[in-house]
Amino acid sequence: MSILVYTENWDGKFKNLSFELVSYAHAIAKEMNSTVTAVSLGKVSDDDLMKLGKYGATKVLNVDDERYNSIDNRATAKAIASAAKSEDSSIVIFANNNVGKAIAPRTAIKLDAGLVSGVTALPLSINPFVVKKKVFTSKAIANVQINSDIKVITLAQNSYDIIDLGQSATIETYDPGIVDTDFSTSVIETNKVSGKVLLSDAEIVVSGGRGMKSADNWGGLEELADLLGAGLACSRPVSDEGWRSHSEHVGQTGVMIAPNLYFAFGISGAIQHLGGVSSSKVIVAVNKDPEAPIFEAADYGIVGDVNVVIPEFIEAVKAL
Amino acid sequence: MKILVLISNVPDTTTKIRFTGNNTAFDDSGVQWIINPWDELALTRALELKEAGGVDKITVANVGEKSTEATLRKALAVGADDAIRINTTANDAFYVATQLAEVAKDYELILAGIEASDYNGNAVGGMLAEMLDYNSVSAVSGIDLDGSDFKVTREVDGGYQVVSIGGPLLAIVQKGIAKEPRIPAMRGIMMARKKPLNINEPVEGIDKTQIIKFELPPPKAACKLIDEENAKEVITLLHEEAKVL
Ligand SMILES: Cc1cc2nc3c(=O)[nH]c(=O)nc-3n(C[C@H](O)[C@H](O)[C@H](O)COP(=O)(O)OP(=O)(O)OC[C@H]3O[C@@H](n4cnc5c(N)ncnc54)[C@H](O)[C@@H]3O)c2cc1C
Ligand SMILES: Nc1ncnc2c1ncn2[C@@H]1O[C@H](COP(=O)(O)O)[C@@H](O)[C@H]1O
Repeated sequence: MSILVYTENWDGKFKNLSFELVSYAHAIAKEMNSTVTAVSLGKVSDDDLMKLGKYGATKVLNVDDERYNSIDNRATAKAIASAAKSEDSSIVIFANNNVGKAIAPRTAIKLDAGLVSGVTALPLSINPFVVKKKVFTSKAIANVQINSDIKVITLAQNSYDIIDLGQSATIETYDPGIVDTDFSTSVIETNKVSGKVLLSDAEIVVSGGRGMKSADNWGGLEELADLLGAGLACSRPVSDEGWRSHSEHVGQTGVMIAPNLYFAFGISGAIQHLGGVSSSKVIVAVNKDPEAPIFEAADYGIVGDVNVVIPEFIEAVKAL
Repeated sequence: MKILVLISNVPDTTTKIRFTGNNTAFDDSGVQWIINPWDELALTRALELKEAGGVDKITVANVGEKSTEATLRKALAVGADDAIRINTTANDAFYVATQLAEVAKDYELILAGIEASDYNGNAVGGMLAEMLDYNSVSAVSGIDLDGSDFKVTREVDGGYQVVSIGGPLLAIVQKGIAKEPRIPAMRGIMMARKKPLNINEPVEGIDKTQIIKFELPPPKAACKLIDEENAKEVITLLHEEAKVL
């Protein structure tokens, strides 16, 4: 019996998200006297595959096959389920991001497994298997028991610390036996901003709302984000107005994020906005209205004008 | 072509969340129920596709008790042609998908939301696709018919991707799939009363997961307020006190 982790790569490289999953899996494996196997699909360098060992994977199944360079839901689920069967895995772990959400449910059916998505901590108990997850768009937490033999979970971002154990893994080439007809998705066009910090992977997020007043006022936020190595986000009306791209809109109907630090500039803190950001570890709010609900969610706040505060923050960060 | 839109019945997004039975059950007293926001957008897109031609019929389906019928009627009022309610309690995604698989087979396109805003399962759409052995695409923010295929836009980290995929297809939709949900007009509400709402009895199925307890998030410590003149101090506090910089 083992724990299987699907470690997604981004243009051939792993990110903190992948290492967090392996660290998390390792902690469960330790409790169960089991081991962690990571499965990687697509072309990844040996150097990067070896990194998974540091965080606790004892084995890496390397499916070096460029057909996986873009995601096909059926073929990807089939490959991971095949790995889970050959490893006799009792727990299969995905990230709770776009790809994990796409693949985990299909994999669960193939393994006749129960699925819990958006798990936020180590299991409360292994037998019975009980995990915690946010429900009602972060307004509550549920303890969910999975009753099937095999369990599939997706882990919410930033739920577990990345721990370098200084160990190493053996890398095995693995062929899940997927035929061309299992792939049905053909990519016509990909439009990605490269070189930017991805919201889903950002430790710090700088976000602006309608209080920023116009698309032209984003220079300060961009500078602050650059200095902090942060991702940029916005409230829904901002993307509806076309001030920022829809891919930056966070909240219940946008991207759900859980960074270590979230800056909300000129955002009122509507319940649907908070639904997507309230899992952030620390929230800083700047709003000229002392009654704005964002201050109930924030850890640090300034009742003031974004136009005054943003340049001050930039100066202070430069001086750190 | 026939489209099936899966409809989950959820508490209004502003509902105050409370529990009963020693925190084992959601307290639904006084709750306003709505169509899950994603499903509402999915239905809107289905209606747009039908208006553009090439779609013969839009069916909506829900697994739920009689109390969900108001939500299905609303879906009919905005323009769905007929509705199916599978008469059982929806607790677990696997069970719900098992029920939906019974009615979903004849549709070339099935639309599901990325998650229901109650238990945020992210599960039913993908599970159903696998049970039916349909193609599926997730995080879908745009869909068009393209002969017998579909042209689908999906979100990927840092941007989007346009893909071509054959049917039958299950598309799991999110923001961007339609701009604004439709509001039912008086005429639509009148017509909805005459549209078929079929009730199916459930097939046998099991729950693979079960919620054993709810908790409310721990209350947050009060916000530390800093004067605008001392804005820089916030950065110092983030560095020295919160240790996140
Ligand atoms: C079903 C549903 C889903 C939704 N999903 C989302 C979602 O995912 N994400 C989301 O963000 N919203 C969502 N919304 C919208 C949400 O309800 C709010 O309307 C939205 O979050 C408000 O955005 P805002 O805070 O930028 O704007 P506003 O509410 O207009 O707030 C602007 C704030 O800026 C402050 N301000 C103005 N000028 C300044 C200044 N110079 N300096 C400092 N402060 C200033 C004001 O005091 C005010 O508090 C959803 C709504 C619904 C109904
Ligand atoms: N009880 C249900 N009846 C019909 N469709 C459902 C039901 N529950 C979930 N769905 C569909 O599956 C999507 C994802 O729901 P979930 O997996 O519960 O987060 C929803 O947006 C609906 O489209």
